[in-house]
Amino acid sequence: MNSPAQPSALIKTEVLYTGLFVVGLLAPFAVYPTFLMKLFCFALFASAFNLLLGFAGLLSFGHAAFLGTAGYVCGLLVRDSGVSPEVGILAGTASAGLLGWLFGILAIRRTGIYFAMITLALAQMVYFLVLQVPATGGEDGLQGVPRGHLFGVIDLSDNIAMYYLVYAVFSLGFFIIYRTIHSPFGQILKAIRENEPRAVSLGYDVAKFKLLAFVISASLAGLAGATKTLVFQLASLSDVHWHTSGEVVLMTLLGGLGTILGPAVGSATIVTLQNELADKVGSWVTVIMGAIFVACVLAFRRGIVGEIQALIQRAGIR
Amino acid sequence: MEIFGVPTALLGSQLLVGLINGSFYAILSLGLAIIFGLLNIINFAHGAQYMMGAFIAWLALTKFEVNYWVALIAAPLLVGLLGVLLERTMLRKLYKLDHLYGLLLTFGLALIIEGIFRDQFGISGESYEVPEALSGGIHLGFMFLPLYRAWVVVASLTVCFGTWFMIEKTRLGAYLRAGTENPQIVQALGINVPLLITFTYGYGVALAAFAGVLAAPVFQVNPLMGSNLIIVVFAVVVIGGMGSILGSIVTGIGLGLIEGLTKVFYPEASAVVVFVIMVVVLLVRPAGLFGKA
Amino acid sequence: MSMKKTMSLACGAALATLSAGAHAQISGGVVKIGVLTDLSGTYSDLAGSGAVLATKMAIEDFIAKEKPNFKIEVVTADHQNKADIASNKAREWFEREGVDTATELVTTSTALAVMKVAKEKDRIAIMNGPGSTAITNEQCNDVSVHYAYDTYALANGTAKAVTKQGGKSWFFITADYAFGQALEKDASAVVTANGGKVLGSVRHPFPGSDFSSFLLKAQASGAQVIGLANAGADTTNTIKQAAEFGITPTQTLAGLLMFITDVHALGLKSTQGMYLTEGFYWDLNDETRAWSKRFFGLQKKMPTMVQAGQYSAIYHYLKAVKAAGSDDTKKVMEQMKKTPINDFFAKNGKIRDDGRMVHDMYLMQVKKPSESKYPWDYYTVRQVIPAAEAFQPLSLSRCALVKK
Repeated sequence: MNSPAQPSALIKTEVLYTGLFVVGLLAPFAVYPTFLMKLFCFALFASAFNLLLGFAGLLSFGHAAFLGTAGYVCGLLVRDSGVSPEVGILAGTASAGLLGWLFGILAIRRTGIYFAMITLALAQMVYFLVLQVPATGGEDGLQGVPRGHLFGVIDLSDNIAMYYLVYAVFSLGFFIIYRTIHSPFGQILKAIRENEPRAVSLGYDVAKFKLLAFVISASLAGLAGATKTLVFQLASLSDVHWHTSGEVVLMTLLGGLGTILGPAVGSATIVTLQNELADKVGSWVTVIMGAIFVACVLAFRRGIVGEIQALIQRAGIR
Repeated sequence: MEIFGVPTALLGSQLLVGLINGSFYAILSLGLAIIFGLLNIINFAHGAQYMMGAFIAWLALTKFEVNYWVALIAAPLLVGLLGVLLERTMLRKLYKLDHLYGLLLTFGLALIIEGIFRDQFGISGESYEVPEALSGGIHLGFMFLPLYRAWVVVASLTVCFGTWFMIEKTRLGAYLRAGTENPQIVQALGINVPLLITFTYGYGVALAAFAGVLAAPVFQVNPLMGSNLIIVVFAVVVIGGMGSILGSIVTGIGLGLIEGLTKVFYPEASAVVVFVIMVVVLLVRPAGLFGKA
Repeated sequence: MSMKKTMSLACGAALATLSAGAHAQISGGVVKIGVLTDLSGTYSDLAGSGAVLATKMAIEDFIAKEKPNFKIEVVTADHQNKADIASNKAREWFEREGVDTATELVTTSTALAVMKVAKEKDRIAIMNGPGSTAITNEQCNDVSVHYAYDTYALANGTAKAVTKQGGKSWFFITADYAFGQALEKDASAVVTANGGKVLGSVRHPFPGSDFSSFLLKAQASGAQVIGLANAGADTTNTIKQAAEFGITPTQTLAGLLMFITDVHALGLKSTQGMYLTEGFYWDLNDETRAWSKRFFGLQKKMPTMVQAGQYSAIYHYLKAVKAAGSDDTKKVMEQMKKTPINDFFAKNGKIRDDGRMVHDMYLMQVKKPSESKYPWDYYTVRQVIPAAEAFQPLSLSRCALVKK
């Protein structure tokens, strides 16, 4: 799809991304910033997840573990050790990467459904550990994390300042994912996804590539989690719960598996829906989420962005 | 008498309790294994279907005065029928795709079912009395064993081994095994494989509902009772490896016993022990204890 | 929006000298009450839609009786027991919708999160559902009120009464998280202080479903009383399984955090004879019966102490707004603290400096099925615990606002 792109298509893509970037810069003056920050944190989380599922074909059902662990590590460091927010975010990201490496060496020995279930079970273990370790505050969560001063200078308690930090983090993470997908490494991942035996016979160390993809994805999920902790000034058990792992699958699937913008679109849709519906329909939110899941799987497997792309392509051919 | 500073009486009773929990694990992981064997789908809705079994029993008793024994047959039939419906209308469309879609679909179904039950029945849970004939208990010397718990072990082991026998020793089972190995050839031999698949899913789901009815008098009947349990059962399945029917039964019981022992020596870890074992097994035997690599 | 904030800050600074009179008003002419509760999860039965209903009843009654010169609006939201959703929602309410007070806030984690936002935005948080004593101790602040009950009052009331009545040896079954451990610690102290002995405890994973092995340990300990330092479904399951294993006739169970909805869900057969402490019971007197029957007519369930407390708290808040002639946080808090509370829920209730509302609590014993004459006839009042004894004394407070 993206390989030998015509120059005109390339320009179009550039215009699209630049346009979106500018919209993001102006957004907090039109939309409630806290909502936008939440949205971007989940958009990054889903994009990181999509790197693994959409481009390496590995379904992790335990990605909440990375989001949550990074959140707790960042929160603890910023609150109790008094480090500055940027150090907290970096430390959180690193911890998620390390955890991703541990998960990875255990899980990549199997593929498909086994892979999904192993990641799920490992994440559940992390959940129990977070629940048990006294430092995390158990079920009260880790509360009262100060936003602090970025580089010791910029006061993040101002919502606009915080927004631009989140936006910068998101843009950086998104850029990393974009570059990864379009690098030779990304091409090899796709080759493995399409036909693993062939990739092996071509002499690639498949396990190493998968592990690297897993670690990158986990780190970026951690980046999202650490940032989210600063935004909400807390990290809670729901960040490590398997429902969150399921949610990120839904966001990615709805937006469009294996498309670059899909996960962001999907998470924006889900976060907005949850925000709008929570007060109106009560426990039916779960039912609606489930129904979207079922609809996506049965009739709508390309997701929102995937369908749009297909439409454009068809229009282009005609 | 003591072993590692723990009185043997306590040890014995904890092992027995472990066996009781293990028989729940066994019957649930068996259902998952059967479905996985033929459909290659991890049935994420298994926990929700287990919960439905319990709720049907409770509804039958409170709204229609239908007793436990009828519910024990009727609930699995009803839920199994619903399973057949789901397979015919939804799962069927996914067989040509990546098997992960089956996992995602059933995950969505689980959310829907749980959401509806939450809306209808709240969350505190409903209580279901132990049937008259099984109330009371026996003094075993080292512990008081409620009759009902003894019944749970007997009933679930009977169903587990009955299922195993059916699959290993009967003609229907032979079709099923052959269908798992090579559906094309079995179809070519004139056996209706789609029907076999539908039946299998229905049966696996019915097992979950059966476990749900068994659980109703033991645990509080509540909409989330399955979602808490199912993750543990998934770990059991990963440990067992889903290579064999017998494997899933043995692993289920074994892990129940190990969990029981953990509760004696280090209760705080009892929720994690299954997952720790899973990690160890994965390191040593990536395909699981009974799995074919 | 933050631009709006900066703007209003700038304006505020400019007008600071002129605004002494302008403050003594209701912002926008509307008092906006937010009910942030669990509408779909574990605690939706004991708080949830019942708490929303109680809020609306309080507002209706207030308007009918007090004829205020301001409008009152309610907004509700489901926080799904998640601290992040709660803090997010409260922030949005305070920043965008001009909500004056966020109320109910069941579960400690959401309450603590909202309290911090309320303090930051200078609005009021009124808590009914959450139980933790941290709210009025380590985490206390001057914009929060903890109204209906707390775990100290429950553990204290139940443990003291049971120990005094001869239950001298205890064993605890504790949910293995901060809240359960705090409950166990509070109750243990009370047991020892009253001449009892704690033989041991066992911690179960949270949430759990099978408690039989923990119960067997408790049985093997030979303790007279088994204290349940857990909550919700964990407690109901433990009680049910205790009856099954033949533990309850020989050993007494004491629920340290139980609500009438739990008794209702379990039935009297498995709960009979248990002691528990409540801040309210619908069948106490004519006043409570009258209100509760009104509530029952609309909700089809009798109110819990959380729901009754919600009514009382909202009414008290509105009265304070009217008396102060303002919805300014500081003034309303002052007014609320200096006015005693006298209604069907509390007699001579008082909000202390640490935010704790102290009122009489009741030690209840659950009736036998044969003693229960009509629906929801569940408790016999064994003792009225006077406000002064029921709650943690200020002298032991760990709250920074309390001057010693």
